[in-house]
Amino acid sequence: MNGFIGADIPSNDFITNCMHCGLCLPTCPTFSLTGLEKSSPRGRIRMMKAVSDGALEITDGFAEEMNFCLDCQACETACPAGVKYGSLVEAARSQIFTQGRVSGLEKTLKKFFFGYIFASKKRLRFLAKVLRFYQRSGIEKLLSMTGLFSLLIPKIGKLQQLSPRIDKQFFDETFPEIIRPAGEVKHRVAFLSGCIMNLAFTEVNRDTVEVLLRNGCEIIIPRTQECCGSLQAHNGDIESARKLARRNIDIFSKFDFDAIVMNSAGCGAFMKEYEHCLAKDEQYAEQARAFSAKVKDLTEFLLSIDFEKPSHPLNVRVAYHDACHLAHAQHITSEPRAILNSIPGIDLVELPESAWCCGSAGIYNVVRHDDSMKLLERKMRNVEATGAEIIVANNPGCLSQMNYGLKTHNISGEVIHIATILNRAYRQ
Amino acid sequence: MINPAVLRKLSEIAGKKHYLDSVEDRISYSYDGTPLLSSLPDAIVIPQTKEEISAILALANEEHFAIVPRGSGSGLSGGSIPVDNSIVMLMSHWNRILEVDTENLTVLVQPGVITADIHTAVEKLGLFYPPDPGSMNICTIGGNVAENAGGLRGLKYGVTKNYVLGLETVLPSGEIIVSGGKVVKDVAGYNLKDFFVGSEGTLGVFTKILLKLIPKPDTSKTMLAFFQTRNAAADAVSAIIAAHIIPATIEFLDQTTIKCVEEYAHLGLPTSIESLLLIEVDGRAAIVDEDAARVAELCMKHRCIEMRVAQSEADAIRLKTARRAAFSALARVRPTTILEDVTVPRSEITSMLDRIDRIAKQHDVVFGIFGHAGDGNLHPTCLTDERNFDEIRRAESAFEEIFHESIKLGGTITGEHGTGLAKKKFLAAAAGVPAVEMMKSIKSSIDPNGVLNPGKIFSIKPKCEGNLPRNRDQIKKFEELGAWT
Repeated sequence: MNGFIGADIPSNDFITNCMHCGLCLPTCPTFSLTGLEKSSPRGRIRMMKAVSDGALEITDGFAEEMNFCLDCQACETACPAGVKYGSLVEAARSQIFTQGRVSGLEKTLKKFFFGYIFASKKRLRFLAKVLRFYQRSGIEKLLSMTGLFSLLIPKIGKLQQLSPRIDKQFFDETFPEIIRPAGEVKHRVAFLSGCIMNLAFTEVNRDTVEVLLRNGCEIIIPRTQECCGSLQAHNGDIESARKLARRNIDIFSKFDFDAIVMNSAGCGAFMKEYEHCLAKDEQYAEQARAFSAKVKDLTEFLLSIDFEKPSHPLNVRVAYHDACHLAHAQHITSEPRAILNSIPGIDLVELPESAWCCGSAGIYNVVRHDDSMKLLERKMRNVEATGAEIIVANNPGCLSQMNYGLKTHNISGEVIHIATILNRAYRQ
Repeated sequence: MINPAVLRKLSEIAGKKHYLDSVEDRISYSYDGTPLLSSLPDAIVIPQTKEEISAILALANEEHFAIVPRGSGSGLSGGSIPVDNSIVMLMSHWNRILEVDTENLTVLVQPGVITADIHTAVEKLGLFYPPDPGSMNICTIGGNVAENAGGLRGLKYGVTKNYVLGLETVLPSGEIIVSGGKVVKDVAGYNLKDFFVGSEGTLGVFTKILLKLIPKPDTSKTMLAFFQTRNAAADAVSAIIAAHIIPATIEFLDQTTIKCVEEYAHLGLPTSIESLLLIEVDGRAAIVDEDAARVAELCMKHRCIEMRVAQSEADAIRLKTARRAAFSALARVRPTTILEDVTVPRSEITSMLDRIDRIAKQHDVVFGIFGHAGDGNLHPTCLTDERNFDEIRRAESAFEEIFHESIKLGGTITGEHGTGLAKKKFLAAAAGVPAVEMMKSIKSSIDPNGVLNPGKIFSIKPKCEGNLPRNRDQIKKFEELGAWT
């Protein structure tokens, strides 16, 4: 008897599609950590097959391995057979979630963040304000200086350094709903300001807007837009993700635009997934397909419109880190490099293992801190080897994780978004 | 199932950290790269020293359970699939390269080293380890030696057995022997190491492997030749060999395979052609240029419609990587791909291909065919779905016929994947009954209790001459003869 219940179950066709050749093994970060088959994509799919065949229940061990996975999808890029591993692991997590198999700290954190905080913009904003007060009022400094945190709860001591710094002003408080370029309007684009990006990466959002304006885009930033739903879906709460997807489709469809431009790899990947996520929803399936077709990563969009090449040089050594959800989920690897190469003066060096996960992976670096730090260390060794002054990464998770990595590994340099470096070049 | 008291003893020998028996772990070591076959082991041990391996083998003899050695589990004949009453002995953690000897041109490795890591390590020093199985980025050298693995460069450079100089092996009894060494010539007694090469984990567990290296070729040139028909491609291969040019690689892909590889790797291959050859020549620059020109000329003379030459090293690697992914890429058409590796004398390739076509049609199954055209090693791959039992049965009878046709043409049932579980039924037809009997007697004398990977390559029936055992003592004696296998 199939141990998976309900509609969101790992597809039997996808499971059978894995012919267990093992070509995914060397690309899997968690397999590299344990060397054990159950921590590999092939092993996980086999365990799903066992549950699907009724040979295994959804055990704690099963849940542990599904949640150990970073969902980086490097194995999908490597898989010649085209197995949709990401979809499988997300469905398995949904089963773990709905069958109540998430344990302890992870369960509490997930429920709190995905079901409560991220599900409402208001609550997220409130939490951000509290965090901002804490970070900027001197309490944080005081606690760190006295070493009180590390003394009391060492884990929290480390975690607080990882949490993004909340900006003085949120992005959507500083920009109107519709922004027009100075000259002729060549393109109309909608922009997802994001949840974390909106609160803690306002600079990146501002740079993105300025780059788009420079390229003749009229930008629509729907005021009432919601979180994209990716964090929920990747952690097994597919129903919450669907709710957000439907709301976003409703909200965006009030406007007329050529593309929805994304500057966060994770959000972009998931909004492109809306069509699969809502495929069985009679009311939304058609709209979701049209919506997903319009979703474009910033780099993808810029190349498609023959963007303006900067004319002044930036004399700096740059390395590019492939965010998992850009390289593996959206297959976008050449576009960002083409943009960087278009900036005069830039010495673009290839980052070894550039498409290997940095360990950020949503809230992975919080719930599985130690594993995440091992992956970050590997990333930092590679970063150090390039001697680059600037590392470009196009996902908020990677940005905070890798900037934290530079600090803790004493490597000089900065990790910035491609919109930021491009805007710097435009401003020269 | 192995007695829990015995499993406890095992966990004491290996240490709790290196002993696994959760159902999740057992499921994830129940298979390898072979389609359709799987079986749960009772436990998994990860030995840390050769003494531990020795102790575990001794225990297996005492307590009558079986041990299945395993590297990365990428094998294609079921060599590392667990059998009844067995534990998996995981060797992938033995992954250190111990020494590269640049004076004697050898490399000493542990058995869990990934084959491609050996390539990287020795090529940095201007040396070369030629065997390059399709799975070289995942497979372990221990598995390569156990299966006598081949690869794309087999045509010019041979296979794994041509490069094994010495082995440190734990025998089924638990004794440790060293055979071979750094000397080029050594005729002191039987050539024992060659018994172990290709023994598929049935005669010993390797703990150290000494490999021969050669100087790295100065340069190479990789080309693609497109043909409208398969016969034209086969003619070109014959013409190249007849002109006394031995490229490192001549790989053949049929249309189905080309389509799948293109869908995966986006190389810009024309999907309308019936076949393609991937050819690599290597050596000194002047000779490479000359050979490449001759090869191109011969291909064009044999109705090649277009030649493409890789413009850079990266380009060449992309082409070869795509070819290595051919087997898995075929799973894009149907989820289950049953891959075989019948090998015929080079001159019989066209004839073998025609026979495969006919057999596929007769049994109403679909094949994608690719392979090492230069050395006659073909990979007819049946594209099917393991959930369709009727089709699987038809595929199996098609393969049975293909094996027989290959033998008729002077070929063999397996060129480089091993016999394992998948082809043991056909071994006698290929090797002959007396040869199989000799193999069995070698196995029985080295492993009288059948503790190492029993039931692979061939089955040894329990000996039960005379009266059946009745009382406890008689049963015990009967068991000691290996009747439990």
